[in-house]
Amino acid sequence: MLKLTLLAAAGIARRQPLLAALAAVVPSEVLKPGAALKAGRWAMVIDLRKCLESKDCRDACARACHMEHNVPNIANPQHEVKWIWRERGAHLFPEQLDEFSGAALADQPIPALCNHCANPPCTRVCPTGATFKRTDGIVVMDPHRCIGCRFCMAACPYGSRSFNWEDPRPSLKTVNPEYPTRGKGVVEKCSFCDERLAQGRLPACVEACPRGAMAFGDLRDEQSPVVKLLRENYSIRRMPELGTQPAVYYLVSK
Amino acid sequence: MIDRALIGRGRYQLWLAGWLIPVGVGLACYLFQSAHGLGITGMGRDVIWGFYVAQFTFLVGIAASAVMVVAPFYLHDCREFARIVILGEFLAVTAVILCLLHIFVDLGQPARVLNVLLHPSPGSVMFWDMIVLTGYLGLNLVIAWTTLDCERNATRPPGWIKPLIFLSIPWAVAIHTVTAFLYSGLPGRHLWLTAVVAPRFLATAFSSGPALLVLLCLLLKKAAGFNAGDEGLRRLSHTIVYAMIANLFFIFVECFTAFYSGVPSHRHDLQYLFWGLDGHAVMVPWMWLSLLMAVASIPILLCSIRRGNQRRLALACGLVLISTWIDKGLGFVAGGLAISPMGTVTSYAPTVPELLISLGIYAVGVLLLTLFYRIVLSVRAETESS
Repeated sequence: MLKLTLLAAAGIARRQPLLAALAAVVPSEVLKPGAALKAGRWAMVIDLRKCLESKDCRDACARACHMEHNVPNIANPQHEVKWIWRERGAHLFPEQLDEFSGAALADQPIPALCNHCANPPCTRVCPTGATFKRTDGIVVMDPHRCIGCRFCMAACPYGSRSFNWEDPRPSLKTVNPEYPTRGKGVVEKCSFCDERLAQGRLPACVEACPRGAMAFGDLRDEQSPVVKLLRENYSIRRMPELGTQPAVYYLVSK
Repeated sequence: MIDRALIGRGRYQLWLAGWLIPVGVGLACYLFQSAHGLGITGMGRDVIWGFYVAQFTFLVGIAASAVMVVAPFYLHDCREFARIVILGEFLAVTAVILCLLHIFVDLGQPARVLNVLLHPSPGSVMFWDMIVLTGYLGLNLVIAWTTLDCERNATRPPGWIKPLIFLSIPWAVAIHTVTAFLYSGLPGRHLWLTAVVAPRFLATAFSSGPALLVLLCLLLKKAAGFNAGDEGLRRLSHTIVYAMIANLFFIFVECFTAFYSGVPSHRHDLQYLFWGLDGHAVMVPWMWLSLLMAVASIPILLCSIRRGNQRRLALACGLVLISTWIDKGLGFVAGGLAISPMGTVTSYAPTVPELLISLGIYAVGVLLLTLFYRIVLSVRAETESS
């Protein structure tokens, strides 16, 4: 990285001596638009033991995410748009929770979001490349290219994608000018806050969780908090039998 | 040749004008949908595809079925189909156009439809479906038009048409196989996640398409004095009956696997369709009606073949057509989506504007088919009189 910055500075030096002089005195992080967080494969670990401790957070994760990303609040449950929300454990982990230790989770409201699968069925089926997986594992969505065929929604086995059945803008109470709003007729979903990562910030939900129940990091980095948590704790993922390899892990009591 | 399409007496003109009304109503509803979004339909975040995609699926079958007259006629020199084959080809052309229209009205951003060509994605089955459907449309249009033109001029068809005809035979199978792959390659959609989808699609296609063709031939006989030939219709009835038996067999093997294995995800969708699940039973009467009609059509067809009774043939073809329409046009798509990834059940019913848009598209189909068949019949009348 340092080498690249130096090379860039040298390149600038040849063409723009003034900028090169600046580069010599200002740290490289300042010259770049924020030091982006980078990873081999981003992942999230949700510690359900902490998350379900109490409900006094009033879904801080979802509120932060939806506020930040201009996700509308639509009353009709069939027209709802949601990036992260709570769902009954029995719905998230069908056939995975037994009637004994699993029963404790079955009725609990557990956070659900896009799993950013290593093997995402949604990107495979997209006929325009409007949704694709980045090299760091994040499955992103380009709403400008989306034709609204909803094939990705049919392919997603997690129900993590939302379609704008109506114009979402009238349903926005406040608009965050830092993030684009969407129009009707396109699909959207959680982006693991790619825009925040590019600015060196953690995802909004992770930051907002008052109990620190959400960890975010690089699965390829032994030192990352997610790898440490996953090495030391028992975790489950949604529908592992489908081979999608979700990057969202849930820590449960043994 | 195309000028013949519009020439006709008052009754013919009235027929054309009459079908323009539902086209106009459908168009008005579509403008309403464009303004408000797909939220005006019965679809939602669980049942994300509904009536439009279901009609598309059904109509791909109708289009593919042309092969059931093209292959015997051109490969096996089956002369009984000499007067029917071109009707089958134009039916295929019309059906593909209706397929494309149904997909178009289902898009959230129809203005961006050409993104499929601008950013070709060979990993997507939908990309391939578009390729095979437009290719099939082109093939059938060129073949039907060229052979009809040669018939009019009393010349032999040009040599280059034969390879196109032979190509159209596997192509017909391909369109419905690729359409089946839209569904059967999706993890977590258990009604669709079975290898039997493609064969079953072909079986329903090869029964419903020829059934519609028989009904059209009988209608043309009544309305325009066109005689398709009893022997041709008899042979088509054979195709219908065996394809329908194959379809029922596929339903049986699917049910066996689902219920004998007892795997809940595999079982639940069929349970929803035929018995209802969690109090949602809207599809149950439809599915049983479809199954009963399919079963009933077989003895009636066999009987009509033995006795040459065309009234019974028409009844059986009607049963086959309605049965497969319920199966593919109502049950398969919304049924496969009724159980959400969360395991909850959502019943779907199309809204009035949604139905009117689809009706408008079908009316376009009636108009197109009328114009095509008008041309065919007038060319035939001319060559037979000279």
